[in-house]
Formats: sequence, C-alpha cells, structure tokens
Amino acid sequence: MRHHRRSGKVNLMTSAPHRPPVAARAVDLRKVYGSGQSEVHALAGVTVDLEAGKFTAIMGPSGSGKSTLMHCLAALDTPTSGTVEVDGTSLSGLSDKALTALRRDRVGFVFQAFNLIPTLTAKENILLPLDLAGTKPDQAWFDMVVDAVGLRDRLGHRPSEMSGGQQQRVACARALASKPSIVFADEPTGNLDSTSGAEVLSFLRRSVDEFGQTVVMVTHDAVAASYCDRVIFLADGQVVDAIDNPDREQILEHMTALQTLVAAAAGTP
Amino acid sequence: MFKLTLRNLLARKVRLVMSGLSIVLGVAFLSGVLVFSNGLSTTFDGIIYGSTPDGVVRAKDFAEFDAGYSGTPKNVVTPEAIADLEALPEVERADGDIAGFGMSLLASDGTLVGGTGAPTLAFNYHDGPNMDGGSILELDSGHWPEGTDEIVLDTGAAENGDYELGDEVQLLAPYGEIEQTATLVGTAEFNGGGTAGATLLIFSTEGAQELFLNGHDVYNRVSLTAADGVSQEELAAAAEKVAPDGFEAVTGDKVADESQAAIGEFLGIVKIFLLIFAGIAVLVGGFIILNTFSILVAQRSRELALMRALGAAREQVTRSVLLEALVLSFVASTIGIGLGWLLSRGLAALFRAIGLDIAGNALDLTASAVIVSYVVGVVVTMVAAYVPSRRAGRVAPVAAMRAESPHAPAPLGRRATVGGALLVVGAALAAWGVVGAPGPDALWVGIGAVIWILTVAVISPILGRPVLVGCRAVFGRLFGAPGRLAGENALRDPRRTGATASALMIGLALVSTIGVLAASMNESIDDLVDEEFTADYLVQSVNFMPFSTTVGDALEDVDGVSVVSRQQWVGARYAGDTESVAGNDAAFTDVYDLEVEEGRIDLQGPEAFVYDDFAEEHDLALGDPLDLTFPGGSKLQLEVVGIVKSSEVTAPINVPLEQIENAGLTRQDTSISILMEDGADPETVKNDLDDAASDVPIVAVYDKEGFSDSIRDQVNQLLYIIYGLLALAIVIAVFGIVNTLGLSVIERTREVGLLRAIGMSRRRLRRMITLESVAIAVLGAVLGLGLGLVIGVTLRETLKDDLTSLALPLSQLVVFLVIAVVVGVLAAVVPSIRASRMNVLEAIAEE
Repeated sequence: MRHHRRSGKVNLMTSAPHRPPVAARAVDLRKVYGSGQSEVHALAGVTVDLEAGKFTAIMGPSGSGKSTLMHCLAALDTPTSGTVEVDGTSLSGLSDKALTALRRDRVGFVFQAFNLIPTLTAKENILLPLDLAGTKPDQAWFDMVVDAVGLRDRLGHRPSEMSGGQQQRVACARALASKPSIVFADEPTGNLDSTSGAEVLSFLRRSVDEFGQTVVMVTHDAVAASYCDRVIFLADGQVVDAIDNPDREQILEHMTALQTLVAAAAGTP
Repeated sequence: MFKLTLRNLLARKVRLVMSGLSIVLGVAFLSGVLVFSNGLSTTFDGIIYGSTPDGVVRAKDFAEFDAGYSGTPKNVVTPEAIADLEALPEVERADGDIAGFGMSLLASDGTLVGGTGAPTLAFNYHDGPNMDGGSILELDSGHWPEGTDEIVLDTGAAENGDYELGDEVQLLAPYGEIEQTATLVGTAEFNGGGTAGATLLIFSTEGAQELFLNGHDVYNRVSLTAADGVSQEELAAAAEKVAPDGFEAVTGDKVADESQAAIGEFLGIVKIFLLIFAGIAVLVGGFIILNTFSILVAQRSRELALMRALGAAREQVTRSVLLEALVLSFVASTIGIGLGWLLSRGLAALFRAIGLDIAGNALDLTASAVIVSYVVGVVVTMVAAYVPSRRAGRVAPVAAMRAESPHAPAPLGRRATVGGALLVVGAALAAWGVVGAPGPDALWVGIGAVIWILTVAVISPILGRPVLVGCRAVFGRLFGAPGRLAGENALRDPRRTGATASALMIGLALVSTIGVLAASMNESIDDLVDEEFTADYLVQSVNFMPFSTTVGDALEDVDGVSVVSRQQWVGARYAGDTESVAGNDAAFTDVYDLEVEEGRIDLQGPEAFVYDDFAEEHDLALGDPLDLTFPGGSKLQLEVVGIVKSSEVTAPINVPLEQIENAGLTRQDTSISILMEDGADPETVKNDLDDAASDVPIVAVYDKEGFSDSIRDQVNQLLYIIYGLLALAIVIAVFGIVNTLGLSVIERTREVGLLRAIGMSRRRLRRMITLESVAIAVLGAVLGLGLGLVIGVTLRETLKDDLTSLALPLSQLVVFLVIAVVVGVLAAVVPSIRASRMNVLEAIAEE
C-alpha cells in the first residue's frame, strides 16, 4: 500500500482556501509549569487545527511541548490558558466527569507502553471503553477492526501472552473500537522493533484511509512520521513549521534545521 | 546498609505507618491487658491485705468467700470469749466482728445497687487495725455509725444509690424481717482507696447485732491484733487454745491467702480470657506484617536487584529487610505500649461499668508488661518478616534490567499438598477428641482447630479461588466493567488476596465458632427448661443468692396459687470436697418429677437422696450413711434412701428442708417453685406474684419462657463481650485490607492512569477498588464463617453432655457476612479516594 504522497511545504498559517472539517483545534494554547524564576512555558501560545480524516504527526525535540500539546488536546491535561475544541466541543470549564466521558466516547488512545489491562483478555481490553460507556459493541465494526489488526486468533489471550507488537495492535484496536472522533497516539512505536512498528503504523494509516478515522501521533521518529499526511513541528512550545505529505528525507531535513535553530537560540541568551 | 534501610523506611512514611498500625494495635491490646490485669491484682491485694488483721477467730469450716451461698452459720462468740482472747499476753487487742451475708442495698428509687457483680458486705465498725498496723477503713465524710439505726456506705454506693448524709437508706435483709432502713451518717472506703466494686454497708456493733443477731450481744468473728514481737503464728496458736467450741483461730496471712485464692481464680480466668484475645490480635497483626512485607519486597524487587547487581550479598539484602522490620517493630511496639496504657484505662472504665472498680493508681506500666510487649511485638514482626526477607535475598541481579517487575507467582501445588495434609491432621486430632482421647476432648478439638485455622490461612489462595471467581461473576453482572475488573484484581495475586483475607478469616472463624456454641447452649437451655421446668412459676434472686423466707410467705397468700415449694441451697463438706446440698420441702415432689432409679424420695428426718452420678462417684448405695459437715462446723448424719437421675432442678445431695436448721444454718430460700390452681388465670396469677415480690427487687418471678430468657441473657451477655473483644481482631484485619489495597493501588498506578485515560470515571474507579476490597472481605468471611461452623459443630460434639442440642446461628452468620461487606467498603475508603485523586498523566508516566 502506498502512503508516501509528496507535496511542497505549506505554512500552517496560510491554510487552504476552503476550510476542511476539523477534528480538534487549539487556540493560543499556553501551559506554564512552576512560577517565578522556575517558570517553564511548555506551550507558549499554540494555535493549530487537526483536520478530520487525516493522519497528523506532531514532532519536535524533547522539551518542545509536543506531548503536552497532545495531552491538552486529548483532555488528559488542562491548559493554563487558551481553548481546546474536540469534535466541536470546547473543553474549557468541563468537569472531570464530562472530560472522562469525552475521552471515553470521542477519543481513542494509544500510549507508548502499558496500554492494556493485564487482567483482561485482548477482546476484553478492546471492548473496555464500550463496557465503561455501557454501550453494545457494533459487531461488524468490531470484526472489521479486529481483522484489520490481524488478531482474531489472539482475542482470548492476555497481554502477558502476547508480543509487544501484538499488544500495541490490540491497543490500536481498542482506540478505534468506540469509533472515536479522533485517536491520539503517543510514540506508539517507541518500544517496538521496526517490523512490529511498521505493522502498527500501517494499521493506523489504513484506519485513516479505509475507515476515515482521524489520527494524531506524537513521535520523534522520522520513519513513523513519514506515514502521515501532515507533520507539525514544535519547538519551545510553539508551532514552527509544518509539511504536508512528507517523506522521510524531507522530515529529517526539517528536523535538522529545527535542531540547529533551537541550538542557536540556546547559544544566544 | 543501615543507612539505606533507614532511608527506605523514611522514604515510605505512609506505608510505614500503615504496616506498623497492625503491630501497634496488637501490642496495644497485649500491653493494655497486662497492665489492666496487673491493676486488677494490685487492687484486690491492696483490699485483701488492707482489711485483714493479724489473726482471726472464726467459725470452723466456714470459707468466707462462699458466705451467703453456702448458708450462714449461727455460731456466735460471746463478749466473755472475746475478753478471754484479749487477756492473752500474745494479744494486743481483740475486736468482735459481725458480718451479715446477703444483705442488699436499694437506691433511693427502690432499685438494687450493685448486686450482680461484686459482693455486698455488711459488717460492724470497729477501729481494730489491719496486719500492717493501719486502719482498715477510712472515713470520707460524716462520722462512724452509732446506735441501731445509723449506717455508713462506701462512697461509690452512696453515689449510685443517690443518697446524701441524713437520708434514710433502704436495705433488704437476707433473713427475718426483710425491709430495713437506716440513716446515712457517713461515707467511707477501704484504706488504700476504692472497694473494687463491692458495696459496703457499715453499722455500729449494736446496729449489726440488732440486724443480724436478733439483738443479742454476741459476735460471729473476732479480729485479733498481736502484741509487740508476737508473730501471726504464735498469735493464732495462743488464740486457738481459748477459742470457743465450733471456732478456730487462724493467721491473717491464711485468711488473706484464702481470699486471694478465691479471687485469684476469678482474676486468673479474666486474665487468661483477655490474654487469649490479645494473642489473637497479635497473631492477626503478624499476618498483616507478613503480607505487607511480601508486597513491599515484590514492589521493590527492581531496587533490590539493583543492589544485588551493585554487589550486595544475598544475606545483606535479607538483613536489610529484617533490619527494616526490626526498626518498624520497635517503633510500633513503643507506640503500642503507650496506647495500651490508655486502653487499660478504657478496660478499667468498662469493668467499672459492670461493677468492678479498679483503683486508677494501680494501672501503671510495669517493667514486665513493657518487656513482654516489646518482646512479643518484635518477635512477631521479625518472624512475619522472615519469609519476605528471604524472598528479597533471592531476587536475581538481572531483574534490575527487566522492564516490568513481574513477581511471577510460584505454583501453589506444594502449598496445596502440605495444606491438605495438615487439614487431615487437624481433622484426625478433632476426630480423636470426639471419639474420646485422653484428657479433655475439647482440648483435642481445640488443637485441631488451631491447625485448621493456620492451614486455611496458608492455603486460602487455593480455597479462596471459587469464592473470588464467584465474586467476579456477581460483580461483573451487577456493576459491569468496574465489577469485573475488581474481580480480576482480587484474583490477580491469590497469595496476596488470601493472606489479606486470612487476617479477617481468623477473627470471623472464632466469631462463628462461639456463635455455634452459644446458639447450641441457648437451644439446650430451652430444651432443658422445657423438659425439667415443670413448675408454673419459679422465684429466684438474680444472682442465686438466698433470700428471706418472708418472700415465700407473701407468695403463699397470692390467690390462685395451689403449691409453693421452697428450696434452700447450702454448701457442705463431704469426703474432703464442698458439695451443694438442697433442702427441699415436702411439696417439692408435687412440682417436680424426678426419675427415681432406686429407693424413694419422700424424705423423713435425717434422710437424703442423691444423684446417680454422685452416688457412683462416691460409691454410695441405699442405706449407706452420708455424713455432711456444714459451715460453722455442725454435722448431719444422714442415710441415703434414694438415688435419682441427675437433673437441673435440684442439687446432688437432697435433704428435708428442716434439716438445714439442724445443720446450724439460718433458714432462707434459694428457689421457690409455684403451681397454680386448676383454672386460675395465668396472667392474673403472674401479676399478683410480681406484686407480692415487687418490694424485694433482688428476686424475680419467672415463667417458663422468662426463666430460659434469663439464662439466655447471661449466655448472650458473655457472647457479646466475646464478640466485642473479637471486634478488635477484625479492626486489625480491616487495617490489613486498607494496607494491601493501598499498596496494590500504588503498584497499579499506571493501570489506574490508563483506565482513567480511556474513560473510567472517578466514581467507577472508586467502585472498582471498593469491590476488590469487598471481594477480599467476603473471602475472609466465607472461609472464616465456614471454618468456624465446622469447628463449632465439632466442639459441640465433644461437649454433648452439656450442650445437648446443636443449633446453627444462621441468621447471625448472614449478619456477619453483611458486616464483612461493610468492612470491605470501609477499608476501601482511603485507598479508593487516593486512587481516584491520582493525576492521570502522572499515573501514566509512572515508572
């Protein structure tokens, strides 16, 4: 399956003439840790739209705020200021209960590690968000997702009986099980070997292409990012760059440029 | 290594406090009991020695501690005899004593003061000193009684009776004219403070003679004070020579020893009783320590592996864990001892409420109590920490490199085999006990039961599985995903769940054992009363003390009463032992249907009938002589004319009622049985009988049901005290659950974070942890109650002679199961709140 589409780089602020549908949006998002001298701006005014039906990567050097951005977008963390909208719902002022329900019903998660509840089987793990919501799984959708991750024969196994790659694919299936508006993946291949990583990324790609899902992935791996439709670069808590339909070389170039930029900034106080 | 150990301890303050609590509570209970029982002994010793003179001249064969129950001898000492004693060169002074047994004090509102627990002592005041030369009594207020109508009460009794100086005090005499009054002119206490709950009625010599000796100028005892340089033995030997007939002279030490022996028996039972529960508390605490350290070691396996990788020897790792346990046990024991001192005051307050007053200054921490508490606290902790410390030493250095810290549960096969074998050993011991092993049968069952309880604790991970699987199914159905997850979590580490549940299991096993025995006892009482209690009404005093015959006189006058049969119980010495003797009037056989095995039971003159087991024990046959010696030294020479099957309605030896007076004892009644006339209305008769007896609050009129209720009340009172003491073991077990859950939540931080991230609400998370806790508690309850049933039924089997019927307290067991669920819910409060407050992001990021 071909997923590397080439295109020139586009400035994020000069978006396409017709506005595509947006799955999640951040406006002037700021997140400050500590206070006074030790104040750290993890996010220093991020405005970003994440298009529906696209596979977006968020990249940046460590400390750039990419994980914080994702956590804020995914209703796991609350920003110091600015607004987040997920699937048309503004998160500002929502109670913990409402945020929990939103995560459960409209957001899917794949973490770097420890994605599964060890006491539950693969199938039970996949259906857990639906169980928590008390909704019946859509059998056809479930079958489609399970077949897509290729784990039908592993449904009765517990996480301890599966390889790391298989566990991550179960996590992906769980993220999709409730047909969320958006799936957030935090370094989903960080702990995997390249073959297993490729399987997971291919699946995420397919979920976008075939099922029309929206996937946002935080990664520092150029190969992983090359599976995406768009890569957004963060540095020092700000969006500094973005490219559409990138390939690995382009991403590496941008990364190197970015690192030089950051290093230069650090060198000139 | 020591520094590291200390750092470890300090870095985990919360866990330290939580695991230390179980030891704190166990040691607190132990030291509390030790201090309390020491205080109990000190209080009684103070009173006994403080109220006993150098020597005593008293009626022969008269143990003062049985006084009242065994009958009151009529032997008296004249003033001339006292003058003879005083004239002896060895005697400094001789004071005549008058002791009235069985007198009762009524409060100003007509209710009984004291009465059930400690005795009421009535006597005359004189200023003869005790054996240490001090005064026996000390006046608190007012003055000592003079004339015939003044009284001094002990300070507590005056308070309880709501009497002020100058008030008319109401009294009930044990014989003769029953209602008496006297003016309160003072309050006093034993020298040394307090009365240990006894009620003191102090009269002038004249007044006491008026009340107890028909106004004659005589005494029933003489207190002797030795002249300078005369020992107690010399004093007693000299006095013995001039003591009047029927009297003997004894040393003060002997009197004190007798009192101590009599009280010591009771105190010993109280002490052992409390110590058993302290032992249970410590045992349960040990289980929790074992479990806590196991979990801590499992959680720290990576850290321990790192130490091993850096070159720490296996023994060093083991030692560092043991050292941690040592420091913990020392700190916890210290706190526990302090808490125990407070607890001893609580126990004293509790005993004061039931009428046993302990002097506050007697409740001091003794060196032995402190040492014993430390030793027990430290030893139990070290023993409990030993297994986990060995496990810590076995952590492979390579474990430091592993990403996860899996404590792969070792297979439980060996446990199952050994446990199964031990269960069989326990069963064999119990069975041997049932079929008749040497010694007390119940002891064998008891040993078997202890083996069972410990074994079930060890194999609870295996036995508990079906219960936990059941919990998972039920919770899953009732509560959906959180319920199923809770069930899975409880099943995740069966050893941990089992060990946690075991702490609760021990307490509940004992609860249900006691429950079975109590229910069987109540059932047996019902059956017995049903079968043997053939009187329509029975009149007895609340504490089985004899009362004045005037009560019976009043009852005879009630309309609708056809038969009033009187019975007096006394004690008599026969073949070296004190036996109970019942004097029955002629109407006795009209009321009760004794099963005559040989001879006859219509006694005339100096004749007796005895129980079959008594006859067998003493090899008595019809026509044999039966010589009894009564308090005061009087003898009766009787002939055995009948042998009956033993029963509960009378005593092993039965004589005609008139013989009691021939035995030199005061006529009183212990029990009055009443039959109604045919056609009389039971309700009217009962009301009239109640009216007739209402002036004498020490007696009560029982019908069949009321009588078994009154006995049942006593059984249940004891049952509730035992339940109360076992509640402590259950409280400690609750701390165990809190601890395990808290540690499990910490261990599963990332899992909790994940659940929250993918949409589990705080409320459901709390519910999940609560349900896990309930599963543990239910497991403990099911194992404990089930095991308790088995033990209880087996014990009952060995006690068949007394507990003729078996009853299972099923409704109580259901209540305990419900309590266990509540316990589970309560134990989960803190851990679940902590878990639900966890920051989702931090939880996920947790390494």
